[in-house]
Amino acid sequence: MESVARSQSATGPDAPASERTLIYRQSRWTRLTHWLWAISLFFMLLSGLQIFNARPQLYIGKQSGFGYNNTIFEIGAENTNAGPRGYTEIFGHRFDTTGVLGWSGPAGNETARGFPSWATIPSYYDLGTARVIHFFFAWILTTTLLVWLVASLINGHIRRDLAPRLDDLKRLPRDIVDHAKLKFHHTREYNTLQKMAYGGVLFVLLPLMIITGLAMSPSMDSVLPFLNELLGGRQTARTIHFTVMVLLVAFFVIHILMILAAGPINELRSIITGWYRIDPPSHDDKAAERSA
Amino acid sequence: MAKFEISRRKFLTAASLGASGIMLSGCDAFDNQLSIGSGLRGFLENANGLTYRAQRLLAGRDALAPEFTEADIRQPQRPNGVTAPDDDVYKGLLANNFADWRLEVSGLVEKPLSLSREQLMNMPSRTQITRHDCVEGWSCIAKWTGTPLSLVLDQAVVKPQARYVMFHCLDTIDRSLSGDVKYYGSIDLIDARHPQTILAYGLNGKPLPVENGAPLRVRVERQLGYKMPKYLYKIELVDGFANVGGGRGGYWEDNGYDWYGGI
Repeated sequence: MESVARSQSATGPDAPASERTLIYRQSRWTRLTHWLWAISLFFMLLSGLQIFNARPQLYIGKQSGFGYNNTIFEIGAENTNAGPRGYTEIFGHRFDTTGVLGWSGPAGNETARGFPSWATIPSYYDLGTARVIHFFFAWILTTTLLVWLVASLINGHIRRDLAPRLDDLKRLPRDIVDHAKLKFHHTREYNTLQKMAYGGVLFVLLPLMIITGLAMSPSMDSVLPFLNELLGGRQTARTIHFTVMVLLVAFFVIHILMILAAGPINELRSIITGWYRIDPPSHDDKAAERSA
Repeated sequence: MAKFEISRRKFLTAASLGASGIMLSGCDAFDNQLSIGSGLRGFLENANGLTYRAQRLLAGRDALAPEFTEADIRQPQRPNGVTAPDDDVYKGLLANNFADWRLEVSGLVEKPLSLSREQLMNMPSRTQITRHDCVEGWSCIAKWTGTPLSLVLDQAVVKPQARYVMFHCLDTIDRSLSGDVKYYGSIDLIDARHPQTILAYGLNGKPLPVENGAPLRVRVERQLGYKMPKYLYKIELVDGFANVGGGRGGYWEDNGYDWYGGI
């Protein structure tokens, strides 16, 4: 951020750089829906982890194997010679996760629980309350996605900013190198990796989350029985629901890291007010060529 | 317009700062606002009413839960909750193989009934292989045989003002200072008259075992397991459930679960 500002003032001939390079980048629809998702996903994640704690196992198929084994993921606690330990088992590989997964809590007051207290709402075990919160925000999240879809089709956000073009494929290798070097180009347009990340969340992960969520509802299963047939059964749907959660958390972490690296003030301003400071064209020929 | 922009900006900034503060301070920040009866919780619980109406609209009266094949029955039905009632009345009935057990149908009906197990088993039956979905997240497929609840309701002739079926059970699920709490729960008349809603006395081709609710349990295939009471002895037709237990329609509901369990 600072280096950008300096390079601007070094080349800026007349007007202050800050006034010259601010553009209106994010529409009110994009900003409003962004924050509604942020709030919804925060509560859905923490209530979802609480719901998972009621049955901290994931299975493949129509049902949960009790008389046979179709468990592919499990968080649990066991007694050992060194006292109780928490473990996490993925495809038969067991890891000691004491303190975080399986066995956690204040020193001397540890309990057996899947995800730790600080990662769940409520902090204590309460499946009913977590479901109340989860489904409230499920409605908010889904409605927001529909509103965003309609608004972004009408105002051109999807066509203009998210739709992939041939050009995006060509610049992908350079984009990957630039991101790896934490070298960012501040332009009106999203770069290829941004398009892939945002498009992936909005058109793949969130719809998949909603579909697998609906597939788990016994009542929706009577309306849309083909969903579970397509997904491989209700317990597979639950496993996919959990996996998509992990991917969304990964997206969140990278999203925050990229914002911090690309200039948090500028990025936050654009998602709050819509205004974004772009690089001067003379200093980034490739970006200029792209926006032309 | 400009004023609106600024206030929203302030709001969003404050909201994001607040959210990150909550993250840092741990997630007990919401605990106090979420107890039953609090205003915030009541507001959030409206979502369950919305889900109920939306799913009733989509599923209608008769959309059937998926049924499976014999090949899908791969294990015994997993029991949950109370699996061996310690109540003297229950144990007495069990000792006599439920010969003295009766199902009482009362409340808002023209003809109250008292049915023995033989009478129920002599009525037309339905057998279905369905998936039991527990609120905890697991599922188990089993074959259930029983009397359609709609036939029992028809025999008792439900009065027009009745809106819910309340199930009363023989098992003590909780002990409180004011006495033992026996399991109870309720469904609406749409689910009560649903073709797959049966009073089950058979499981996987055998008499219903004690751990799964002998002599009689309810199957409500479009809802979760906590909506299907076991150890049934009384069906009461009611126009509301404000006066039963904590007034939320069932034992688990009084302990924070949503009344509608279709999701």
